[in-house]
Amino acid sequence: MSEEGTIKKFLYINRRAPHGTVYAQEGLEVALIGAAFDQDVSMAFIDDGVFQLCKSQDTKAIEAKNFCATFKALGDYEVTKLYVEQESLAERGLSQDDLMPLTWEDEDDDWAEKPSIHIVDKNKLADLIEEQDVILNF
Amino acid sequence: MKFAIVVNEGPYTHQASDSAYQFTRAALKQGHEVMRVFFYHDGVNNGTRLTTPPQDERNIVNRWSTLSKEHNLDLVLCVAAAQRRGIADADEAKRNGKDADNIAQGFRISGLGQLIEAGIQADRLVSFGD
Repeated sequence: MSEEGTIKKFLYINRRAPHGTVYAQEGLEVALIGAAFDQDVSMAFIDDGVFQLCKSQDTKAIEAKNFCATFKALGDYEVTKLYVEQESLAERGLSQDDLMPLTWEDEDDDWAEKPSIHIVDKNKLADLIEEQDVILNF
Repeated sequence: MKFAIVVNEGPYTHQASDSAYQFTRAALKQGHEVMRVFFYHDGVNNGTRLTTPPQDERNIVNRWSTLSKEHNLDLVLCVAAAQRRGIADADEAKRNGKDADNIAQGFRISGLGQLIEAGIQADRLVSFGD
């Protein structure tokens, strides 16, 4: 669907907690729709955005859709690069063990299951942001 | 330069739509191309013709409509965001069994693919919002 095979580096930056505002949910919708365009997609989770990836979320009491479960589908959409800021996790008393174990299957490596989540420090994240062509903040 | 613009907040509550409008107008005035303005999240509320601000205030919706007419500017409301917030054109109203539409002149409703496409085709995608 991209014109003349243009491939750009897209980064979706998620900075907000998942259920207090609609940004995270509608941001994930962009990532899923965007996957059909065969671009070089990454996602970053910074500040309260790291809460989006927490496991065992239960939204029943607030009558909100638990859309965060859909993050597990990203691997099937070939969205396989999720960068989580180390400092944001630490500031909130979280570690990788608190996050959903998101994976993708590498067809070039006999469908080996590989982790999608990469914990990076803010300097590495700044480098990643610098490399991008298109950045959308949610 | 070919720009694409994203507006992520509704009118009046936030400055985002005003800033996006001023940026778009300035870019067009200087001879740049603005290939699309995409409205997402509460930004879709910039596209209802029922907006009625006090007479001594700027009409943010009409301002976009006028700019669209003058420059053949493509104003796109995200369909999923618009449905959540009660913004509909005639087709959408009919399809969803609603008794009225409210889309403003110059706007159209389409999918998120239009946002990704704008990111691919434009030299710069500029977002306005929180």
